[in-house]
Amino acid sequence: MSISISPASEEAFVGQQFDDIEQQRDAAKLGMWIFLATEVLFFGGLFLGYTIYRFTYGHIFVEASRKLDVLIGGTNTAVLLISSLLMAFAVRAAKLDQRRALVGLLAGTAVLGCVFMSLKGVEYHKDYVDHLVPRMGFKWEGADPGNAELFYWIYFAMTGLHAIHVTVGIGIMLVLTLLAWLGKFSHGNHNTVEIAGLYWHFVDIVWVFLFPLLYLVGHR
Amino acid sequence: MNGTTPAPETMKSATELVVERPGEFARENYLSIHRGVRAWLLTKDHKRIGLLYLGTILIFFLIASVAAALMRIELLTPQPKLVTSETYNKLFTIHGVLMVWFFLIPSIPTVLGNFVLPMMIGARDVAFPKLNLMSWYIFVAGGALALWSLIRGGVDTGWTFYTPYSTTYANTHVISMAAGVFVAGFSTIVTGINFIVTTHKMRAPGLTWFRLPLFVWSLYATSLIMVLATPVLAITLALISVERFWGVGIFDPKLGGDPVLFQHLFWFYSHPAVYIMILPGMGVISELITCFSRKRIYGYAWVGSASMAIAILGFMVWGHHMFVSSQSVYAGMIFSILSFLVAVPSGIKVFNWTATLHKGSIHFATPMLYALGFIGLFTIGGLTGLFLAALAVDVHVHDTYFVIAHFHYIMVGGMVMAFMGGLHYWWPKISGRLYPEFAGKLAAMITFIGFNLTFFPQFILGYLGQPRRYHIYPPEFQIFHVLSTAGASVLGIGYLMPLIYFIWSWRRGRAAGPNPWRATGLEWQTSSPPPEHNFEQTPIVTGPPYSYSAEKDVDLNLASI
Amino acid sequence: MDQFRLFPPQASTSSHEVDALFFALTLISLFFMAIIFLPIIFFSVKYRRGSSADRSNPSSGSFWVESGWTIGPIFLSLGLFAWSALAYFRLERRPANAIEVQVVGKQWMWKLQHAEGKREINELHVPVNSTVAMTMTSQDVIHSFFVPAFRVKQDVVPGRYTGIWFKPTRTGEYHIFCAQYCGTQHSQMVGRVVVMEPQAYENWLKSGEPTESIVLAGERLFHDRGCSGCHSPNSQFHAPLLQGLYRKPVPLADGTMATANDEYLRDSILQPAKQITAGYANIMPSFTGHLSEEEIMQLIAYLKYIGNQPPPSQ
Repeated sequence: MSISISPASEEAFVGQQFDDIEQQRDAAKLGMWIFLATEVLFFGGLFLGYTIYRFTYGHIFVEASRKLDVLIGGTNTAVLLISSLLMAFAVRAAKLDQRRALVGLLAGTAVLGCVFMSLKGVEYHKDYVDHLVPRMGFKWEGADPGNAELFYWIYFAMTGLHAIHVTVGIGIMLVLTLLAWLGKFSHGNHNTVEIAGLYWHFVDIVWVFLFPLLYLVGHR
Repeated sequence: MNGTTPAPETMKSATELVVERPGEFARENYLSIHRGVRAWLLTKDHKRIGLLYLGTILIFFLIASVAAALMRIELLTPQPKLVTSETYNKLFTIHGVLMVWFFLIPSIPTVLGNFVLPMMIGARDVAFPKLNLMSWYIFVAGGALALWSLIRGGVDTGWTFYTPYSTTYANTHVISMAAGVFVAGFSTIVTGINFIVTTHKMRAPGLTWFRLPLFVWSLYATSLIMVLATPVLAITLALISVERFWGVGIFDPKLGGDPVLFQHLFWFYSHPAVYIMILPGMGVISELITCFSRKRIYGYAWVGSASMAIAILGFMVWGHHMFVSSQSVYAGMIFSILSFLVAVPSGIKVFNWTATLHKGSIHFATPMLYALGFIGLFTIGGLTGLFLAALAVDVHVHDTYFVIAHFHYIMVGGMVMAFMGGLHYWWPKISGRLYPEFAGKLAAMITFIGFNLTFFPQFILGYLGQPRRYHIYPPEFQIFHVLSTAGASVLGIGYLMPLIYFIWSWRRGRAAGPNPWRATGLEWQTSSPPPEHNFEQTPIVTGPPYSYSAEKDVDLNLASI
Repeated sequence: MDQFRLFPPQASTSSHEVDALFFALTLISLFFMAIIFLPIIFFSVKYRRGSSADRSNPSSGSFWVESGWTIGPIFLSLGLFAWSALAYFRLERRPANAIEVQVVGKQWMWKLQHAEGKREINELHVPVNSTVAMTMTSQDVIHSFFVPAFRVKQDVVPGRYTGIWFKPTRTGEYHIFCAQYCGTQHSQMVGRVVVMEPQAYENWLKSGEPTESIVLAGERLFHDRGCSGCHSPNSQFHAPLLQGLYRKPVPLADGTMATANDEYLRDSILQPAKQITAGYANIMPSFTGHLSEEEIMQLIAYLKYIGNQPPPSQ
C-alpha cells in the first residue's frame, strides 16, 4: 500500500524551535540514543561490581547461582523477547498508520511486561521463602555465607533496577496505547512510538545480559 | 540543514549583520512578553530557564560560602573556638556537596550555556525546551533534598562519601543527601542530552562544525562527559544508600566486599566531573580573549580539539586519586602517565590564548580582566596538577592542603573567574543594560588578590603536611591559616560587589544596545534583551568565527556609550 | 616538632628523593609560568588598545608552532613520569630485614605493636638509620598513616593489609597524622614518631612491663583457638601443614595457583572457602568475628615464623 502524508498535517506536530518534522524526528531519535548511552553506564556500575566479585569469589558465585530458578528466569527471557517483537511490529504499524493494529500491539507489549513482572514477583517470593534475601532471614548452609550473601545482594540490585525499568516501560506502553486509541499517532506522527520502542528494546537487551550472568553461571 | 550552502543573494558575513543601534533597549523582549510568576515557572524559553538556574545556584553558592566562611573563621586558631568537630565536619561536607553539585557543575552550562548556546548557533531554542524546564525542576528537587538533609542536621561524610564510613559508621543523614545529589545528577544528564542534540541538529544554515564558536565546542565536550559519567555516580550513590538502608551491600568488607571499589566508581565519575567544571570555563575564556584583543583565536582547531581530547582522556585518569589507597603499583603508573598527558591539551589552550594576544588591540574591560586572571590562576592550578600526577610526590601531598589549594585554583581560580567573566560579558545581552564598569574592574582585581591570598598559603601548608578536613591542627601551622582566612574575607568582598551592582543595573543600568562589545558572535546580532525566539529572521553564516580586526579598532569603553 | 617553618623536616631517606622531585617540578612550573606570564604582560603593554604597535598580518595559527607546544610538553611529561615512577617504585618496594611493626587503626587512634610485643598507642618509637616496615589494617573505616617528615603515606583499609616502610635519618619527634577522613575526631587521630639513637631504642624496648613477643602470642592463639587440632602432622583431620608455607606457591582446588602471603593467610582464616588448597576438603570453619585484628596479625606472625622453617616430612 502507498502512504501519503499531506505536509499540512505534519506542521501541526512540529515544535516552534524546529524548522520541519524531519529535524524534529532526527533530534528526538538522537536524544533517545544518548539517553540509552547514559543508561548503559548506569547499569555499568553494577556490571562492574558483578565482574570483580565474580572473579574474586568465582566458585561461591557458581554455587549461589544454582539456587536461582532457571525455569522462571528462562520463561521471563522468552516473554521479554516476544514483547520486543510486538514492539517492533508496533513501530511498523505506526509508520503504516494502522491504528487498530498499533493499539493491539502496544497493549500486547504492556501485557507481556506485566507477565514478566508477575513472574518476577513469584520468583522474589520464592527466594524469600528459600532464605535467599540478604538481611531478611538469609541462610546459607555452605562455606563463607558472606560471599554468597554478596551474590544475592548483587542479584537483587541488578534485577531490581531492571524491574524498575520494566515498570516504567509498562507505564509508557499504557499511555501510548491510550494515545494510539485516541488516534494521536496518525499522519506520520510516529516518532513517539519509535523512540519508546528504542527504550523497550534496551530494557530487553539488559535482561538478555542479566539472565546468563545471574542464572546460568551455575549451570555448565 | 547543516552545512547547506545558502542561496547567493542571502549571503552575508556575520559582521555585516551587526545591528548598529547603540544604547537602544529593546522594549519587546523575552522578559517583557509574558509577565508573572506563572509565566516564569512554566516557561520553555531557554533564556528564562538560564535565569531560573542563575537564581537557584546563587542560593546554593551563598549557603556553601557561609559554610566556607565559618570554617575559615574556625581555623584562625589551632584549637576549637567556634564549633565542635561534628559541626566542622558537617560544614566542609555541605561546602563540598553544594559547591560541586549545586554550583560549579551547573554554573556555566546551565546559566550561560542555556542562555547563549541556542543564540550562538542561530537557533530559536534548544532541541527539547520542555525537557530543559524539567531539568530545572529536577535540579530544584535535588537541591531541596540536599537542604532537607542539611536542616535535619547535615551530613559529615565529606563530599566524597567514602565507604565504609558513609555506609556503616556515619550517624548523619547520608541517604537524603545522596538522594539529593542523585536527583540533581539527572538534571545534569538531561541538560547534557539537550546540548548535544541542539549542537548536532539546530545549527543555523552555513554554521559548520568548524565555524562554531569555541564556547559551543567546550559545551559539547562537557555534555559528553555529563551524559557518560553522571550515571555512574548515580548508580554508585544509589548503591551506598541501599547499603546504608539495608545494612549490607557490595562495599561491605564484612561480606568480603571491597570499600575501595567505591572509590573507583566514585572517581570514575568525579574526575571527569572536574572537566565538567572547567571545560565550559575554557570555552568562555576563548570568547573573551578574542573579543577583547580584537583578534581571531590563535589555532582554532587545536583549541577545539583540545576540549575533546580533555573530555576523552579525562575518563582514563580517575585512579590518580587513589595512589595511596592500596591500588596496585602498576595501576598507579598507568594512571600517572595518563594524568601527565591530560595536562598537555590544557597547556595547548593556554599557549593559544597567549598567542592570541599577539598583535591584538587589547581592551582591559572587566570581562578581559577576569579572563587574564583565569589564565594566571588556571596555569598555577594546572602546573600544581603535575605535582599530583607525579607518583612519589603525590604520596606526600595526597589528602593535604596542597590538594585543596590545587583544586581551588582550578575550580575557583578557573571556573568561578570564567563564570564571572562570562556573566559580565553577556550581562548586557541578558539584561539589556550595562553594569558599572569601574566597579566591575575593581571587583575583578579584588577577587584576584583575595583568591591568591586565600589559597597560595595552602600550597605551603600542604607540603608541610597539614592534612585536609582537620578541625584541630598543630600550632605551627597557624600563620598560614590566618593568611588564608584574611584572603577569604577579601575574596568575599570581591564576590559581593558584583552581586550588588548586577542587581542595581538590572533596572538602573544604562541601556546597552544590541552589541556593546562589537562582538562577532551570532548572539550579538539581535537586540538586547533578545526577543522571545532570539532572532527576527534565522541568521545565515558564511565565515569562520571571531572575524575581528585589531587594525580597525573600535571603542569598547562602556562609560562612553 | 612545634616550630614555624616553610618546609617540612627531612628525616628519612625517602624525604630527600621526594624533595628532589618536588624542586624539579617547582623549577619546571616556574619556567612555564615565565613563558606564559611574561608574554602576556609584554603583549598587554605593547598591544594595549591605542598603542602604535604594528598589528599588520596577524597570524591565526601555525601547524609547526602548535606541534611544538604539543610535542614538547608530551616529552617533558614522559620524562617527569619516568622519574616519579621510579621513585615511587622504590618507595613501594618493601626492603627485607626491616624492624616489623603491626598497626591497627580504629576510630580514632593508632594501635601499634612491635615484634618484641611492646605496644604503643598514637606513638611510635624507632631507632635512627634502621629500616622500619609496618603492616597495617583497620578495624572500622579507612584511615591513612601519614608522617610528613618521612614523606610517606598509606591508606589503612579494613579487610586487607597495606604496608609502608621508611628509614629515619635524623633523631627527633615528628607528626603522625591520619590523612583519610575517618569521622568526628579525625583531626585528633594524630600522634608522634620518636626517632631515637639505637641504644636508647634498645633501652626503651626493655623498659616497662615484660611483654610476650608477637610470634609467641600467635603460637598461643594457634593452640588455644584450636588451629593446631587440624593443622598438625598427627591430626585426625586432613588439613594442610603450615610449616614452610610462607611466600610459597600453593596449588588451589580450581587449578590456579596462589602465593601464601599475608593477604592469603588472612583470607584463609576469615574466608576459608575462598581459596581451597588442592587435595583438601572445604571443612575449615570461618573465624570471622572470632578473632580481633590484632589477634589475626599475631597468628599470621606465627604462621610466618613457622612458615620459614623447613616443612616436616610427612
